[in-house]
Amino acid sequence: MKKNKNWFMLIAIMLCVLLIGACSGEEGSEANGEKAQVIKVRINDDPDFLDPHLATASISFQMILNMFEGLFAPETDGSLTPAVAESYELSEDGLTYTFNIRDNVKFHDGNALTVEDITYTFNRLMGAENGEPLSSDFNNVASTEAPDADTFVIKLKEPNSNFLYSLTALQSAIIPASNDGNQNDNPIGTGPFKFVKYTPGANLELAKNEEYWDEKLPYLDKVTFVFQSDDQSALMALKAKEVDLTGVPANRLAEVENDFTISKQNNNSSLIVTFNHEKEPFNDLRVRQAINYAVNKNDIIDAVFSGYATPTGSNMSPAMGDYYKDGLQDVYARNIEKAKELLAEAGYPDGFSTKISVSSHNDMYSNIAQVVVENLREIGINVEIEVVEWGIWLERIYFGRDYDMTAIDLTGRPSAYEVLNDYISTNDSENFFKFKNAEFDQTMADVLKEADRDKQIEMYQRAQEILTEESASVYIADYQVLWASGKGIEGLKSYPFWFHDMSEVRFTE
Amino acid sequence: MAYIIRRIILFVVTMVLVSLITFSVFQVMPGDPIRIMLGTEADETQVETLKKQLGLDQPLYVQYIDWVKGLVTGDLGESIRFSRPVTELLADRLPVTISLALITLLIVVIVAIPLGIFVAKRQNKLSDVVLSSATQLGMAIPSFWLGMLLILYLGMNFSFFTISGYVPWTQSVAGALGAILLPALTIAIPQIAVKFRYVRNAILEQLRLDYVRTIRSKGITEKFVMYKHVLRNSMIPILTIFGLITAEVVAGTIIVEQVFSLPGIGQLLITSISYRDFPLVQGIVMYITFIVVLINFLVDILYSVLDPRIRLN
Repeated sequence: MKKNKNWFMLIAIMLCVLLIGACSGEEGSEANGEKAQVIKVRINDDPDFLDPHLATASISFQMILNMFEGLFAPETDGSLTPAVAESYELSEDGLTYTFNIRDNVKFHDGNALTVEDITYTFNRLMGAENGEPLSSDFNNVASTEAPDADTFVIKLKEPNSNFLYSLTALQSAIIPASNDGNQNDNPIGTGPFKFVKYTPGANLELAKNEEYWDEKLPYLDKVTFVFQSDDQSALMALKAKEVDLTGVPANRLAEVENDFTISKQNNNSSLIVTFNHEKEPFNDLRVRQAINYAVNKNDIIDAVFSGYATPTGSNMSPAMGDYYKDGLQDVYARNIEKAKELLAEAGYPDGFSTKISVSSHNDMYSNIAQVVVENLREIGINVEIEVVEWGIWLERIYFGRDYDMTAIDLTGRPSAYEVLNDYISTNDSENFFKFKNAEFDQTMADVLKEADRDKQIEMYQRAQEILTEESASVYIADYQVLWASGKGIEGLKSYPFWFHDMSEVRFTE
Repeated sequence: MAYIIRRIILFVVTMVLVSLITFSVFQVMPGDPIRIMLGTEADETQVETLKKQLGLDQPLYVQYIDWVKGLVTGDLGESIRFSRPVTELLADRLPVTISLALITLLIVVIVAIPLGIFVAKRQNKLSDVVLSSATQLGMAIPSFWLGMLLILYLGMNFSFFTISGYVPWTQSVAGALGAILLPALTIAIPQIAVKFRYVRNAILEQLRLDYVRTIRSKGITEKFVMYKHVLRNSMIPILTIFGLITAEVVAGTIIVEQVFSLPGIGQLLITSISYRDFPLVQGIVMYITFIVVLINFLVDILYSVLDPRIRLN
């Protein structure tokens, strides 16, 4: 009997210790009345690299752009604003860019940024020293020069009106020469937040850069990006206040709408259903147009995005502002009769059978494919859905171009040129549609030589028209990304590309 | 001694076979690690440079031989996806999975054995029938769904539980328990549902034997019969079963770590496979094989401790 009592006591004591432990754990996080300026942001996956010159995936930049800056910074409206460079001058012939470097910029390790670091950055990207370039964005650079401590000069081989866009942290983040070889393990930049710790598969911790050149910013003391691929678990973590900000799939918005602040971001992506232009019958314009007339954008927008999407008619989203050509979204208004006629003209009066191959990494793609199957059945086209793993999709469809039809969203970029250049016939790495059109190629080549912005806009708009006329793809929509955040979070900004800008975010009350 | 040497040889052979199988699967599996990591925005120049740096331009068999060479010196290579040594990644995650597996085992043992004894004593009574039906239910529940239910009804209502992520034991014991307990229950419940029936059957088998009747006839109390004799003699079959659970628990952690976003070995395994991260997958598979083989080895040793009649030869 006595033995039993001892057991009971032991368990009781353990329970007490646990309870006390649990209570004391709570106190730390909610400090005396004022809310701690600490945010936890859920991200779907790990960054590919922390080194900004190695990183390529949009998900990485979503986080690491908080640590790095280029000579310029992209703005929310798609324009550029000076960052490390305070101002610049362009020579008459459009070849020589002279940048005036900001004075009071310091790296996270406390050292001042010098023109040597900028030279180092571009040399590293171009592979000037070891012959292993990290990027092909600067193939057009003839030389770089640092004539004095505040000036940096880049000379181009040919004029390129889009060149400044390659000077943001997305393509050329300025990093210190002193950190060579160590950039991926201990990234150092000049951005508003500095690197603290990266735990693969768990989180990335950043802390306030106390010496940021814009003294007002940032407000937050600490930012933690928590990796969580499962939406269900992420929503639960949000409700349990374990994360402060997360993306929400449109069909689950109702679960969080009332208790959280919802912000909508036009993510500037182009959601497309596309085909292999070199394969029969998709090499026939009439077939592509017939499919365009048959696919109902609104069905897809309602079924897959619960209405949170803006229909598009070419490969550009209204988020691109002036560059966007309005009206194209109505060119192929749904018309089954017309679609059948076009198919008959092309020699397929009874339709044909084909396959749509989509990636499994997001349900979105197979949901879209289902709508497409139903839509195309009405004009006699029999579509089989094939769902493959992301790695296989990339290898076989995107790079291997071994497919009939597929559905994908092309990620948004700040530059109109880069949004459209996927369709240039010589752009082997991105033109997975195998689209080929001489006028399009010419327009895109001309725009780089054009210095006048209004004329550039005209040309970009013409390029969009060509894509629509040629039915290069079925352009569905730019879908909105819905973010749910805890009440009292202010200063979230929405960019025309993936970036969780934390610099102006703060907790109020 | 001869026994132990034989086991060690068997162990090495198992490891080599497993690594060869993983290797062959990787050879037929489509997908390129660099492309998956960089996605559609990849810059061709960068893809080439990276491949060269990581040695991925070499044929796969060369990569495998390099990997084996490294293994001999205790170096598991560098993960492609995370650009970090595989040993470092494993070391980061081991405490999570080991805590999860141990707590799960503990729960299974402290619930399943008493429950089995309890039911054995009440054979064919109402409680036996009710519990047997509950078994069916427990076995049928998919663990990810059970995990969701536990998050919803326990995790969301008690601040003690963390429903995503992990808190190291060194930081807070309560925090660690709060993070581990629900996932452990998720794996444990279906295991308990199955395993207590084994305990019940093992005990019932003993109870039918002659020696039980003999000691009962000596007038010894039923409690003494059960705990001193029957339970002790049923330990061999029970131990075999619990040796087997270890493999199942390790498998269970793979799914459950996803549901609770626990940064453990299982989660790492899924990530590494979908990214075709060959060195990392090999490292994890080696680790899992090692644990399972080791447990079986320990179980064998325990047999001879529990029953001196069994000699290891």
